[in-house]
Amino acid sequence: MLLAVFSDIHGNRQAFEACLKLARAKGAERFVLLGDFVGYGADPEWVVDTAMELVAQGAIAVRGNHDQAVNSSAETMNAEAQIAIEWTRGRLDAAQRRFLAELPMQVADGDRLFVHSEASSPQRWHYVRSTADAAKSLISTPAHVTFCGHIHRPALYSMSVTAKMSSLVPKTDVSVPLLRGRQWLAVLGSVGQPRDGDPSAAFVLFDTVSCQITYCRAPYDIETAASRIRQNGLPHWLADRLSQGR
Amino acid sequence: MPKPLVRSGAVIDGYTIGECVHAGGMATLWTVTHPGIDVPLLMKIPRVSEGEDPAAIVSFEMEMMILPRLAGPHVPACFGTGDFAHQAYVVIERISGTTLYKRLSDLPLPYDEARQLVAKIATALADLHRQNVIHHDIKPSSIMFRESGEAVLIDYGLSHHNHLPDLLQEEFRLPYGTAPYMAPERLLGVRDDPRSDLFSLGVLLYFFTTGERPFGEGETLRAMRRRLWRDPHPPRALRADYPPWLQEVVLRCLEIEPVWRYPTASQLAFDLAHPDQVKLTARAERLNRDPLGVVWRRRFNQGVMQPRAKSDVAAQIASSPILAVALDTVEGTPELNEALRVTTERILATLPSARLACLNVLKLNRIAIDRTLDEQGSNKHIDRLVALRHWATPLKLDESRLSVHVLEAIDPAAAILEFAEANQVDHVIIGARQSSFRRTLLGSVSAKVASEATCTVTVVRPPRMAGDAGGSEMAG
Repeated sequence: MLLAVFSDIHGNRQAFEACLKLARAKGAERFVLLGDFVGYGADPEWVVDTAMELVAQGAIAVRGNHDQAVNSSAETMNAEAQIAIEWTRGRLDAAQRRFLAELPMQVADGDRLFVHSEASSPQRWHYVRSTADAAKSLISTPAHVTFCGHIHRPALYSMSVTAKMSSLVPKTDVSVPLLRGRQWLAVLGSVGQPRDGDPSAAFVLFDTVSCQITYCRAPYDIETAASRIRQNGLPHWLADRLSQGR
Repeated sequence: MPKPLVRSGAVIDGYTIGECVHAGGMATLWTVTHPGIDVPLLMKIPRVSEGEDPAAIVSFEMEMMILPRLAGPHVPACFGTGDFAHQAYVVIERISGTTLYKRLSDLPLPYDEARQLVAKIATALADLHRQNVIHHDIKPSSIMFRESGEAVLIDYGLSHHNHLPDLLQEEFRLPYGTAPYMAPERLLGVRDDPRSDLFSLGVLLYFFTTGERPFGEGETLRAMRRRLWRDPHPPRALRADYPPWLQEVVLRCLEIEPVWRYPTASQLAFDLAHPDQVKLTARAERLNRDPLGVVWRRRFNQGVMQPRAKSDVAAQIASSPILAVALDTVEGTPELNEALRVTTERILATLPSARLACLNVLKLNRIAIDRTLDEQGSNKHIDRLVALRHWATPLKLDESRLSVHVLEAIDPAAAILEFAEANQVDHVIIGARQSSFRRTLLGSVSAKVASEATCTVTVVRPPRMAGDAGGSEMAG
């Protein structure tokens, strides 16, 4: 089965639409959503409604820190993220907020684990910045492949049975076999706010039979997404950074 | 780990096991057959039982990832893989014959035989590098030859694929590979520079032409590290008749700093194919190693081998293409030749490691016997070489990046295409057909080259003059 995995959509409708369309065109049969549906972008209602529909049709979804912040003021965030979350809170209705509040922190599906930040302590929202961070996550789970997002920069780590690590900045559209006999941590780039220098929306495809992962990029209408952010009075930097991919 | 299922007569995933043909330290090789596959096959099985070197598993994982994505005549075709959950294996095409290792008793080889042999290996390496793979274990026992002549590179257990995880990156504290052939930067942990393979091929060329390994056989890290500062004895010190061009090629491959070696395997293959065009430098005539002062500076000056930025194999190859410009020095108009030069200059400006081959076709008569001398008695071939060099002078290219070739042929387009193919040319620059009655009758060389070449072709026209519009032609 071909899974399409999306992370950090952040209320960016144009980016999410482009990713869904491309993933379907590439034959994706099941969707996984790794959290941070809202925050930063100007279309949280549409994104959450779409996520709810996909979940109703069998998609897997987990909770991100921005999703949690919608329902809790205890989450600490930077100033711009805080402004965006407060704005988002006013846009979502009770059903949408409840959907976000009830999302699980992680979902195990066969020998795969889906989590927003990393597996060692998902509720602490640690970033995977290095092989050491990746090792910490991999040691804490028996899963063959862990999928996470949160840092908005794609990376692929593996750990051998003797705990030796490898790391790779994945190349777009090149499929990589995730060999059995070692564990893998697939860190996804962001759908709605890429920060790896490439402004196009990021997601991955994973073939559960051949265990091949492919990092994909979808170009999208950045202009519209950015102008929606500006029109809604959100911080301008949130709009400007979209075209820079950082 | 499940018990190995492999024995003669057993069937794994449809492959019937035949006999064990090789039992090495890392893996065993078995002949296998599969209904529907009529190529001779080998199944490679890693040694994974208790007490075996963990390197065997990691190397095998690398082969399992890399082999299925390689293609072409210079690699063994891969038919299937099985993973460690059941029985790890790869099934590859069985190349008939033996590896180059069998030739060691014949060393040193005649210079020209070694030149042709290594040119074929360089061509194979170029093809591998184009597929984003660095072999990292180039040595006689990794090299075979097809009956059709192409070199085949085998054993990818230590290789690096630029688009795949490098599982060996953290696996070993010491560099893993074959000591006599290992490039100095490998000792510093660099695994992403394709020029490491050119160093190993240089070791092989040195060994095959002198009978001596340039860095000995030392296996200890201490012995290997010497190559970070100590250059080998120039081959001419071992064999007085060693051709200067060959020493130039060998010592360029063996440069300690990768940046001083050939930028690509294609460019090395080019020099080996055209020994008379090798630009000789001080390397060619040397009889002694670097003076001790230089060696000490290298050894104790921390700045000598700086950690380098991560290199991208594809980007490095793309920045060092072989360009060929086809010129008509006799009938080409000055405007067209100037336009060709301007275009060539612009392309070269963005590619500091590109090399340029200037071609001219000396057209032979179909029927009459050709005379080398023209009506005035001067040698046509030499005249044209001179004209090509003259055309290239304003480009101010370093001699090592420029070569000139006069091809003698009945069909100029076919000659240019053949040259491009044989020399792995990446980009042909050619003038458009000019409007003359004779050319119309003969058909257009540039059109044929543009449509049949396997590389990029740029067709150049002189700038259009005002009032020219009516006379211009469509595609040349």
